Amino acid sequence: MLASLSKWFASPGELRRKGVLGMNERNLSCIGQYNPRRLFPLVDDKLQTKLLAEDYQLATPKLLAVLRSQIEVKNFERYLPSGKGFAIKPAKGSGGKGILVIQEARDGRYRKASGKWVSRQHLERHLSNLISGLYSLGGNPDVAIIESLIESDPTFENYTFEGVPDIRIVVYRGYPAMAMMRLSTHASDGKANLHQGAIGVGIDLATGKATNAVQFDRPVSFHPDTGQALNELEIGDWRSMLLLASRCYDMTGLGYLGADLVLDANQGALLLELNARPGLAIQLANGVGLAPRLKQLDLWSQRIKGPEQPSEDRVAAAQQLFSTELASTDICMDKVHHVE
Amino acid sequence: MKAPRSTLLWTALLLISLGLLHTSWRHLVHEVPLLPGSQVEYWDIEARVELQAQGEEVEVILALPQSQPGFLLQSEHTASPGYGVNFVEEEFRRLEWSIREAEGVQWLYYRTQFQVDPKRHLPAVGQPPDVRSQSWEGPLETAAAQLLRRSWQESANNFSLAQSLTRRLSDASNENAGLLLNELSGSEALVRLLNEAEVPARILYGLRLEDGRRNQRLQPLVQVFQDEEWRLYDPVQALEEPAQNYLLWQQAAGPILEVMGGQDSQVRFSMLSSQEPASGSVHALAIGDALLNLSIHSLPLAEQAVFRTLMLLPLGALVVVALRVFVGLKTSGTFMPVLIALAFLEMSLLPGVTTFLIIVAAGLILRQLLAYLNLLLVARVAAVIVCVIGLIALMSVVSFHAGISEGMQVTLFPMIILAWTIERMSILWEEEGAKEVFVQGAGSLITAIAAFLVMDQLWVRYWLFNFPGLQLVVMAMILIVGSYTGYRLLELWRFKPLVAQEKQDQNNAG
Repeated sequence: MLASLSKWFASPGELRRKGVLGMNERNLSCIGQYNPRRLFPLVDDKLQTKLLAEDYQLATPKLLAVLRSQIEVKNFERYLPSGKGFAIKPAKGSGGKGILVIQEARDGRYRKASGKWVSRQHLERHLSNLISGLYSLGGNPDVAIIESLIESDPTFENYTFEGVPDIRIVVYRGYPAMAMMRLSTHASDGKANLHQGAIGVGIDLATGKATNAVQFDRPVSFHPDTGQALNELEIGDWRSMLLLASRCYDMTGLGYLGADLVLDANQGALLLELNARPGLAIQLANGVGLAPRLKQLDLWSQRIKGPEQPSEDRVAAAQQLFSTELASTDICMDKVHHVE
Repeated sequence: MKAPRSTLLWTALLLISLGLLHTSWRHLVHEVPLLPGSQVEYWDIEARVELQAQGEEVEVILALPQSQPGFLLQSEHTASPGYGVNFVEEEFRRLEWSIREAEGVQWLYYRTQFQVDPKRHLPAVGQPPDVRSQSWEGPLETAAAQLLRRSWQESANNFSLAQSLTRRLSDASNENAGLLLNELSGSEALVRLLNEAEVPARILYGLRLEDGRRNQRLQPLVQVFQDEEWRLYDPVQALEEPAQNYLLWQQAAGPILEVMGGQDSQVRFSMLSSQEPASGSVHALAIGDALLNLSIHSLPLAEQAVFRTLMLLPLGALVVVALRVFVGLKTSGTFMPVLIALAFLEMSLLPGVTTFLIIVAAGLILRQLLAYLNLLLVARVAAVIVCVIGLIALMSVVSFHAGISEGMQVTLFPMIILAWTIERMSILWEEEGAKEVFVQGAGSLITAIAAFLVMDQLWVRYWLFNFPGLQLVVMAMILIVGSYTGYRLLELWRFKPLVAQEKQDQNNAG
């Protein structure tokens, strides 16, 4: 009885030794303490985040147009560059609802990401529904954001099924604390959403290389659709990614922040959106608890007298603090590999 | 900026000691027993007289009930600001209200408490009325004669005759009865038929006792005598053994309400049943010392009925908080499970869960169909509510004809909760997929059942209703649970791979 219990459940002591951050502690010690409620609208409204990011000169996908009223829907293409692709997003949507990606426009018809052509009327109806609040939480009227398309970096081609992989970095008091890449799968329907079946790959903060991977909270070694070995994953231009995430703290003032970034083939690191209540699955993806890192960062920032460190120094500090795990986790990855 | 943890602990401690202090005050000073113990059933009945005063003197006379077989009069009092009150204890008990000058709408309250005591047999009060000879008009005579002949043949005494006549009168397919009821009310017809058979009987007004009812009127009942005994018959309901469910408001024929100096007068009744310890000092004290006592017993009956459920809500909330914080169950909507649990309290558990599952499942399917119409949220919820009402009506009809009428009384309150649950679930279905719907639906149901099981305990109801100080203790517990930063039970499962990996590494290394 007890044996079968310990097969499925870890004991609280084991988790504490591993430094796992629990939901209750996250809510009270991280969000409750460092994320004032009044700052939440900055990240819950994607348009506000985007405008703020432009003020702070953080790279985001180019904002092509904002449609606020039904009248503007009638001639929406006035705002768009002819022929090129674009993405329509609701400012207050959640879970990827209401996002429509158009790859190409020709002769008044539009090609979706899936390759299907749709009519102009279809697009108008989508925009009209979006503005009247079909996709926003609670059905409140919303605003449509139209931005330029992201071109996925070719190095990730084998790591994802359909969608563009994104990178989640948890930033604690301005310091990057942990990172993972989310790879869409067939099971997740091309979405980079972990609880829908996307793969979470833990990324080493010092090098930008993969350390560990999970799908549905359980370890995996290969991408189930492409067969690509996940431990070969490496993110180029890693330091500028960390810098971008770290500067989101200066921009919002949120002390416990999840920054979602993408690597664009042409523009490099781009900020997609921010999250004031980032989840805990990142610990599983990395195979490491978050709590000791947060404690290290608390101690570190206690030693900083005077003004806060600039973002470059914060990134350097975080890379230095959390690089030691590199060796051990790499070995661990190899072992899992061999066993299989 | 944030208060330290110790402040929270002190606050909780203060709340607990205040709550316990008030509880022991209630126990020691007001002698409210700590345990429910042996229970006696009480009926609290409130009569509200409403009238339009004309600006001159007003006199109101209300007939009063008294102890009768099955019911023992415990206490009575009135609330009528400015009025002189006079209880007249004659053959006809009555209450006289008087005032020199009154203008506008007047409300006068009379409240009484009866103890249910089925074993006590009081002697019949008052003399049996004289039997009057009846004269029937034309066709009624034959109808009455036929009815009477059949019933006479299959009866042995006055009571079985009355029973048999009652059954015939309430049988809609009986032509003779229909003929009589065209001309006379049911109770009049019954009395005249009985008198025709030389059985003493009369119409008295009484209340049909149903827990928590408001705005009720008195109903005509037929009192039938046999030697020293009498029984009551309701020609409309035709119940087999009606005596326990009816309280006679008067013991002799006469008017219920007389008003001088006012217009548009009416009297309405509210009633509430309660189980209380046999020692029974609770009520007498509660009335005198209401404010200090903070007793809900001092409120009007209609409000007491509401509070009886309302006082349970904090405990339900505590169950939700505990399950979310300690176990990590996902529920749809934070306090939706408490509302569902309340719905279960009204319907009782098994029928409640069955109804919930069937209606939510059917509602989800309907909601998917509605989704094709591209409606906005408010219109969609409204449409779902309409569908849910239709579903509930259908279920009630089907279950009634299948003979499972019990527990299918779905009232207004659970209906709106069900509609909202369906709406939330279907939004969840679209946004997160079917799996999430089952996870959160099961979580909600488990939480609701847990909250129901806690709120349904007899002693829990007794304590929370009789010791309002315990609300502070519940609040303190919520505060303490809310500051728990340890792991949730489901996190022990979720983060198991982290630990398992470590063990594997150790094994490989070794």
